[in-house]
Amino acid sequence: MRIPDAFKLPVMTRIVTLTLLCLLACLPAVGAAQNDRGHALLEGLVSRSFNDKADAIEAILQSEDERANDWLQALLDGNLQRLKEDGRFVVVVGNSGREWPVRDALSGEALGEISRRDLDRITINNALRGQLRSALSLVELYAGDERSRLAAAEGIIGEVDGELAAALESRLEEEESDKVRHRLSQALAVHRLERGEADAVETLAGSLNSNVRVALTRAAQSDDPALADAARRALADIQQTLKLNRVAETLYFGLSMGSVLVLAAIGLAITFGVMGVINMAHGELMMLGAYTTWAMQQLLPGQPGLALLLSIPAGFLVAALVGIAIERGVIQFLKGRPLETLLATFGISLILQQLVRTVISPLNRSVVTPEWMSGSVAINDALSLTLNRLYVMGFALLVFAALILIMRRTRLGLEVRAVTQNRAMARAMGIRATRVDILTFALGSGVAGLAGVALSQLTNVGPNLGQSYIIDSFMVVVFGGVGNLWGTLVAGLSLGVINQVLEPWAGAVLAKIMVLVFIILFIQKRPRGLFPQKGRAAEG
Amino acid sequence: MNASRRNMPFHPLKTPLRFVAAALLSLGVAAPALSQDEPIKVGILHSLSGTMAISESTLKDTVEMLIEQQNEQGGLLGRELEAVVVDPASDWPLFAERARELLAQEEVDVIFGNWTSVSRKSVLPVVEELNGLLFYPVQYEGEESSENVFYTGAAPNQQAIPAVNYLHDEVGVERWVLAGTDYVYPRTTNRILETYLKEELGVADEDILINYTPFGHSDWQNIVAEIKRFGSEGKKTAVVSTVNGDANVPFYRELGNQGIDAADIPVVAFSVGEQELSGIDTGPLVGHLAAWNYFMSVDTDANYDFIDAWIEHTGDEEAVTNDPMEAHYIGFNMWAEAVRKAGTTDVDAVKEAIIGVTVPNLSGGYAAMLPNHHITKPVMIGEIQDNGQFVVVWETPSTVAGDEWSDFLPGSRDLIADWRKPMECGNYNVREGRCMGSDAEAQAEEALAGN
Repeated sequence: MRIPDAFKLPVMTRIVTLTLLCLLACLPAVGAAQNDRGHALLEGLVSRSFNDKADAIEAILQSEDERANDWLQALLDGNLQRLKEDGRFVVVVGNSGREWPVRDALSGEALGEISRRDLDRITINNALRGQLRSALSLVELYAGDERSRLAAAEGIIGEVDGELAAALESRLEEEESDKVRHRLSQALAVHRLERGEADAVETLAGSLNSNVRVALTRAAQSDDPALADAARRALADIQQTLKLNRVAETLYFGLSMGSVLVLAAIGLAITFGVMGVINMAHGELMMLGAYTTWAMQQLLPGQPGLALLLSIPAGFLVAALVGIAIERGVIQFLKGRPLETLLATFGISLILQQLVRTVISPLNRSVVTPEWMSGSVAINDALSLTLNRLYVMGFALLVFAALILIMRRTRLGLEVRAVTQNRAMARAMGIRATRVDILTFALGSGVAGLAGVALSQLTNVGPNLGQSYIIDSFMVVVFGGVGNLWGTLVAGLSLGVINQVLEPWAGAVLAKIMVLVFIILFIQKRPRGLFPQKGRAAEG
Repeated sequence: MNASRRNMPFHPLKTPLRFVAAALLSLGVAAPALSQDEPIKVGILHSLSGTMAISESTLKDTVEMLIEQQNEQGGLLGRELEAVVVDPASDWPLFAERARELLAQEEVDVIFGNWTSVSRKSVLPVVEELNGLLFYPVQYEGEESSENVFYTGAAPNQQAIPAVNYLHDEVGVERWVLAGTDYVYPRTTNRILETYLKEELGVADEDILINYTPFGHSDWQNIVAEIKRFGSEGKKTAVVSTVNGDANVPFYRELGNQGIDAADIPVVAFSVGEQELSGIDTGPLVGHLAAWNYFMSVDTDANYDFIDAWIEHTGDEEAVTNDPMEAHYIGFNMWAEAVRKAGTTDVDAVKEAIIGVTVPNLSGGYAAMLPNHHITKPVMIGEIQDNGQFVVVWETPSTVAGDEWSDFLPGSRDLIADWRKPMECGNYNVREGRCMGSDAEAQAEEALAGN
């Protein structure tokens, strides 16, 4: 056998060549081995018992496999699945419809679309979800941006054990953001407090985080008098702040409930208050506004925010047009006959409801809340204001301001006031009373439509939406003083606050009854409401 | 009582006339040629308008679909099935009227219907008086067993109690919020649960918070904030929700907005299914729980076939199935099986034949009709997913038999129901050894007539 030339090659080159050769030859083998190991790791997740799954997740974390994060994230999202046919693990990329696109969990190669019948989802429960989240959030704590680091740091308050504490100490040194440092030191202080170190209380003083509070409560019952005393004092401070927070919270709840009432009632304040028409179909006009929002979102899929903004003019228009139809079709013939108007408009409300039921569906429609309207703004750890209600509050005030401007500053407003004060005289002055009637009713109805658009973000969009608000709306208008827009604002907001103050200790059902009784008594005493109209207008 | 009975227009089977009626019926059976041409009439008593239309209209479609399928297989006893649909319009007294119409005028052989307990209570006397058959498909509060009603939904021990056990044993919950809508089902269920929590699990008074809200409640800010406070005292807290109907949507929305995460305070609901979730964005709700006996996500071929048939029937790709639909599926098949077994649609014969009938359910097991007119069901706890579906996280190892009289309420503890001969009683008191009956006089009369 001839000795190959290879022997003549310098040693270094030979090694490199060998390595290269090995790489070429061994790569599939190593890949396969790795995949086998990965498969074995994932195999552990296939179990009926969630305890076994928890162990399997732990094993994946320990394995330091580079795909571990990908797997765990997919598992958390419910996208880690298994082919029924050959037991291969896949990650589902999109899960709408009945055929789902998937990729191989081990090699990452796309496998095309697969029927959901052929897939087995690896299910997780809340405990596993918590385990996964905290595992992934620890990764975030090191690698994420400031926001996710902050969330991760908040999340571990009260969850720190000795092992983690050491890691956090070193993390604390490196952390640049003050906010995150603050949270991390709190998390460490809770851990120190649990070990009985009294000086930890100082770091925790004034914190409203509930886990901190729990730790302090526990420390206050400890045997060490110094620790217990310090903890008790810190707790007393915290309780004091919490009390103030609760007052602020109740006020916010009340105002937000009140602004919904104002929105619902303000259109009625025009049609009923100013024109004197008892419109029982007012609620259904709101419902139409809400359905307009839904229709808009159907027209503009994927852009719920834009659709919502566009539904503001659209909802106004739709409700105003229907309002005009009602006024022309029915109400104008029943002028001065309130009882008949009441019955006729009640009939209209039933017709509109059933129409929606037959034409669209008896089922509630799903209106998407845009990203920027969900969630809440945190004022502090104990007090956060929900965004959707904050927006509705602002919207209610805007609508109110616009209406006041229209009634006070425009020609239409002037004519409306003239016609309602003295119809005959207004006509003698050349005001076309019929036209004013139409426009006023359209305005009131349009505002109901606006209320519907706002309500679609708070409650169900279904055929019954209007019914649940009609009584409340009349209540607010009567309580505020018929014909007075400011009265409606004050009445709506104060009823909201009263209701929310009563609710915690009376319960929702009783609170509602108490508010009703209060209004009945109030009307006995002051039949014309909070702000009665004075002078000639009062006689009309 | 007697006077009113005499005034009833149609009452053959509860008086001595029953012999005549029986004779006539046997004549009818003996002359099959006559009956073969006539279709079997199946009454559907579900609201198609009003507040309950949201839930009940899909059940009407379900029964229609089942009838269609049965007809494709050649009907029953060689006869076609025909659906008779009436609309009680979510108006409880109207349910009784419509039921009377179905039984007396249309002379239907069986009724599938009702959703709310109050509507069932309204129909109950009519079905008993006219000796009809009613299949009731919704989970309910128990404390009832009628000779003429078959309860294919869950009794409290098939839903509420296992759910609480799951939370206590598996999740380690120590504080409980019982939140419900203010009417009979949540109040009775919560009474049972409260007793169960205190007596069986040793939960202290201060660790239970009970809260009721009106139907269609939409302002949940305060209640959710209270739940949040209640749950931040360091003990693991869960909410057991019997909130009914569409009030759930704003409730869950508020939970999401106030940042209550299922990992911190899970909410387990008894009235929220796929149908209700189809009205909301479920992103923030992932991980909250529901206890049912069926989920659309159940992984069996029977279920996939059912879903495909349902999608085809409705023509809606996104149509969802839910627990009460499965209950109708089971109820309908049980009734069909009993009719086949009895060889007739005669109410008394079917009533007797149906006890012990076993049919497959959609989750891969079997449902059996028990002597107390309730059925066996598996209990599942599902967690809400971001696609509006549930994933089953816990399941009873075997099916659970429906218990009509709760063991956790004084007064109903000693009662059992058994509609087999010779007991034939819906409220037999095992301690006193006698049937309580609702009306002693009527009982005596029946005993006489029986002799």
